[in-house]
Amino acid sequence: MDTVIDRGAPKARNFEPYASNGGSIVAISGKDFVIVASDTRLSEGYMIYTRKQSKLFQLSDKSVLGCTGCWCDTLSLTNIIQSQLKSYLHDHNTIMQPGSIAQLLSTLLYSRRFFPYYVYNVLAGLNENGEGCLYSYDPVGHCEKVSYTAGGSSGVLMQPFLDSWLGKRTVDSPVSEEEALNLVKDAFTAAGERDIYTGDEVVYNIIKKDGIKSGVVQLRKD
Amino acid sequence: MEMKQHNWIPGNFKSVPDIGRSAQNDSVQHGWTPITTTTSVLGVVFDNGVALAADTLTSYGSMACFQNNPRILTVNKNIIVAASGEYSDFQFIRDAVEEKVRTEISLNDGISMKPKALYTWLSRVLYNRRTKMKPLWSTFLVAGIQNDEPFLGQIDKLGTAFVDEQIACGYGAYLALPLLRKGIEEKREKSNSKLTKEEAVDLLKKCMEVLYYRDARSHDKYQIGVVTKDSVEVLDLALKPTWEVAKLVQGYE
Repeated sequence: MDTVIDRGAPKARNFEPYASNGGSIVAISGKDFVIVASDTRLSEGYMIYTRKQSKLFQLSDKSVLGCTGCWCDTLSLTNIIQSQLKSYLHDHNTIMQPGSIAQLLSTLLYSRRFFPYYVYNVLAGLNENGEGCLYSYDPVGHCEKVSYTAGGSSGVLMQPFLDSWLGKRTVDSPVSEEEALNLVKDAFTAAGERDIYTGDEVVYNIIKKDGIKSGVVQLRKD
Repeated sequence: MEMKQHNWIPGNFKSVPDIGRSAQNDSVQHGWTPITTTTSVLGVVFDNGVALAADTLTSYGSMACFQNNPRILTVNKNIIVAASGEYSDFQFIRDAVEEKVRTEISLNDGISMKPKALYTWLSRVLYNRRTKMKPLWSTFLVAGIQNDEPFLGQIDKLGTAFVDEQIACGYGAYLALPLLRKGIEEKREKSNSKLTKEEAVDLLKKCMEVLYYRDARSHDKYQIGVVTKDSVEVLDLALKPTWEVAKLVQGYE
């Protein structure tokens, strides 16, 4: 009897086009403002690439996009959005309103439905009436208008925290800017304690009628 | 009218446009894996410039195959690039970059590429290839002077790109990066200033030595590229390794 050794198919390391680069986003909208914040740690596995990579992308003076997930996809996606917004500005001589950017982003994400951008997006902006508006996405373009959200590697830790503080708020007791900022800071400090992919610093943008105010809060660096 | 045959059952999405489908098949056909590889690259920003370090070994599996393969590329008067990973992919990029530089020179308008431009270009090229599932299996460090400020960035085979004051890839990320961070931090605490050129080069030399003793794919001959506002140079260096301590290691006989 012949001895046939089946060595199987030639072994090749399969190329993995995605990386999980961590990072978290928290955003809270209010009556006349919206806060969006991200941590600044960019990592992969047990390796911290850099401690000062903001994941917030200013799209106009009224809207900011926060992106976490696969950093190479984030870079591509934000470049495409920013060039589309520039075209829009030159075509219409006006900036695109957040509601329209929200739809554009959803369409862009779905255009790669079968090879998705592995990016979790949160779009924050001020609408035509100067009210804060927030849109939360999944990687293939599902879009939901929300009043607060947490996403990224610590999304699952911070969302219930936000739910407990903001979930039962009504229009009669809107969240104040100070309260929202404190919640953002607390959410990130808590997440930094438990998630190795969130840390180093928090950068936040507060979008209001008179412009975008930004700040930095220090987090654990280990 | 002849009906087009559709083997349609719920959940069968054969008629859906196959975006990215051919790319997925490609990954099955070719086993993309690096063959001739190079190890760590280190980079550090100092007060008025940037320094990169990389050894000159190209390995073929575990064989120290080509021992004099430089991989720090002087792009122009204010950019240097170094690569780690598949050497042929570095050569491919090097040829493309040299072509870009030749085109620039022939325009003869006195304008030359800045590091941020090359960094962005590289990130697009690498991202494009990863999206085709035909990656260039390399990590690049781009160093240079951008508008009188030192610039140091890394791009990996996926197109993951970032900028920092100290970067290391490969084994260097584990062994040398903490030393680089410590060196920069200590200097900042001591005199609230950045490293000088000499201190940066010495720090890189120390890191290359540490790497040589633990990274089995490293080599004692290496290069350090230094770019400042008014100079760009690549130094050929060699370690003087001593294995005297090896005989003190006991208990493994």
